[in-house]
Amino acid sequence: MTPFALPESAVAEVDRTIALYPERQAAMLPVLWTVQREAGWISPEAMVWVGERLGCSAAAVQAVVTFYTMFDERPVGRWKLQVCRTLSCELMGARAVIDRIRERLGIEPGETTEDGEFTLQEVECLASCGTAPMMQCNLKFYENLTPERIDALLDELRGSTPRPFDVEPVIYERPDLDGYRAMFPRTLERARTGGAEAEAK
Amino acid sequence: MSAPQILMQRGLDRPGESHRLEAYEAVGGYRAIRKALSMSSEAIVEEVKKSGLRGRGGAGFPTGTKWSFIPRGSESPTYLICNSDESEPGTFKDRWLLENDPHAVLEGMMIAAVAIDCHLMFNYFRGEFSYPLARWRAAVDEAYAKGYLGKGIFGSDHDLEVVTHYGAGAYIAGEETGMIESLEGKKAQPRNKPPFPAVEGLFRSPTVINNTETLATVPWIVEHGADAYAQYGTEKSRGTKLWSCSGPIARPGVYELEMGYDLMQFLEDDLGGMLDGVGLKGIIPGGSSVPVLTPDECRGAKLDYEGLRERGSLVGSGGFIVIGDNVSAVDCLLNLAHFYAHESCGQCTPCREGCGWIEQLVDKILLGRGTEADLAMILRISDLMAGKTICALADAMAWPAVAFIKKYPDDFAALCAGPVDMDALAAEVGKRDHILPRAS
Ligand SMILES: Cc1cc2nc3c(=O)[nH]c(=O)nc-3n(C[C@H](O)[C@H](O)[C@H](O)COP(=O)(O)O)c2cc1C
Ligand code: SF4
Ligand code: FES
Repeated sequence: MTPFALPESAVAEVDRTIALYPERQAAMLPVLWTVQREAGWISPEAMVWVGERLGCSAAAVQAVVTFYTMFDERPVGRWKLQVCRTLSCELMGARAVIDRIRERLGIEPGETTEDGEFTLQEVECLASCGTAPMMQCNLKFYENLTPERIDALLDELRGSTPRPFDVEPVIYERPDLDGYRAMFPRTLERARTGGAEAEAK
Repeated sequence: MSAPQILMQRGLDRPGESHRLEAYEAVGGYRAIRKALSMSSEAIVEEVKKSGLRGRGGAGFPTGTKWSFIPRGSESPTYLICNSDESEPGTFKDRWLLENDPHAVLEGMMIAAVAIDCHLMFNYFRGEFSYPLARWRAAVDEAYAKGYLGKGIFGSDHDLEVVTHYGAGAYIAGEETGMIESLEGKKAQPRNKPPFPAVEGLFRSPTVINNTETLATVPWIVEHGADAYAQYGTEKSRGTKLWSCSGPIARPGVYELEMGYDLMQFLEDDLGGMLDGVGLKGIIPGGSSVPVLTPDECRGAKLDYEGLRERGSLVGSGGFIVIGDNVSAVDCLLNLAHFYAHESCGQCTPCREGCGWIEQLVDKILLGRGTEADLAMILRISDLMAGKTICALADAMAWPAVAFIKKYPDDFAALCAGPVDMDALAAEVGKRDHILPRAS
């Protein structure tokens, strides 16, 4: 196992973070964030390194890494697309957004494209319910999404390089929702016929 | 009456600059903390108590009373945590405050810190809040540069440091003792209470945890006085509250309402009503954890603690989710059951297993393979969860489950494979009615 290493500037950042807290282990989450930003993901070697810095076991670090959903235990795509699937977003068409990404990239939620460009994930409410549907792409929110906006966005992302500190959200105009009623494959209409259809299968 | 008064005025008046210290001070910002520093800590606590301010994070506990539980002159340090984890589905009001008025949150934290004799305070952001975090950090830097934080704030002898902390994706880190565990660098698994955080919280020391909106309200109260605040709202629900509104409505967004505002008037006038061609199926008024209200229950309902309780729901976090009549209640419950099953921290068997079972049973019904027995089973499981676990996440699953089945039985029956005896189902629901909130 090659020992884990971070650039000197990141190590200095880690030490500054630890110094902020009355107890070393309290710096766990921010330190793991620094590691993930620098290394792209959190490897077992990185967990050992963090444990040594924080004065706790690698097992304690691993328990934390596996508990919190934003930490990646394996490499992910350059662009991590995390689409909210929770109620307000589902009510406003999150399913159509996720389906468009699946079709365009040929991957299912949880998977990464073969070229390592994109990872798709379904995530829970991101506190943007009034501008639903929405997703987080790396650190940035994109709100009021539509399948068409996904098309344009994927093209734009594919040719560009992630900037780790680019966080200002992109809030599109609320789309024309005249067709709202027809937006949903899962509707009361389906509810009424769904039982019989499933029976027939 | 729905005009912003206390929490949103600054942000709405000065869009694009309200987050800056200069803009905040131009409208009287940081006057309240100066006043607080000239008061005794007991007097600050008393003023907040008198205002009737209740916690805006979900539980509605009186804020001044919470502060008064902190033991005076304790040996160990006292800590303050601002809960900016905002993860309750349907809730996005703290985000609005942090992006548009971070100095109000910071000033509220300063006042709370002075009131409980705290010298190191934390603001815990959910990990996804990169942009609110950036705005907040800039605000903190401005405050340090001015000497508003650090040694002897505002020329007083009170030293005060703030640490900005952030999570990494876990709804349960929003629960106060889950947050303490998380801040200590562990899994966000809630603790058994007692001991309560006021006695033994962060780093085993007395700790106050307040929601972002709660703290952002404090400067106004201290500056204008408890009586001025108590003039807004109703006898028992004082002041104003933020409501974050979503769903198929004309004007979603964050609104500040005086407590006691009429729910239907809010929907029709302020939110612009439903989108064209969509009828109202129901409203979850206080975040996904509280029971849904049918249109009948919405009519005449008042948006305050007592008013919503009287209708069998709660203010919760103020996450106002409007549901259109184009979706099935089964879809809604499945969506939420998936959320709670995913977010259960797994410590308590009824919650860990129960959330998953409910999700599976609802899924089975949606696929057309469910039966009356499955519906009865969901109700039984809910009964085994509510009030029987370490934290309220299990209740937050049980409430929507019972409420959706109780209020939309036809939606569920329509999807079941066999016939459903509606009277028998109603009787099953009746046996679980005690789980739901009711007027006290
Ligand atoms: C499962 C669960 C999740 C919670 N999430 C949050 C949250 O995201 N933000 C919040 O302020 N309170 C949340 N709470 C409530 C907190 O436990 C706590 O009551 C609150 O932060 C106290 O602040 P307040 O008195 O100012 O409302 C949650 C509670 C539970 C049971
Ligand atoms: S009720 Fe659920 S979320 Fe809360 S402590 Fe128990 S298992 Fe964890
Ligand atoms: S439900 Fe998607 S952001 Fe809240």
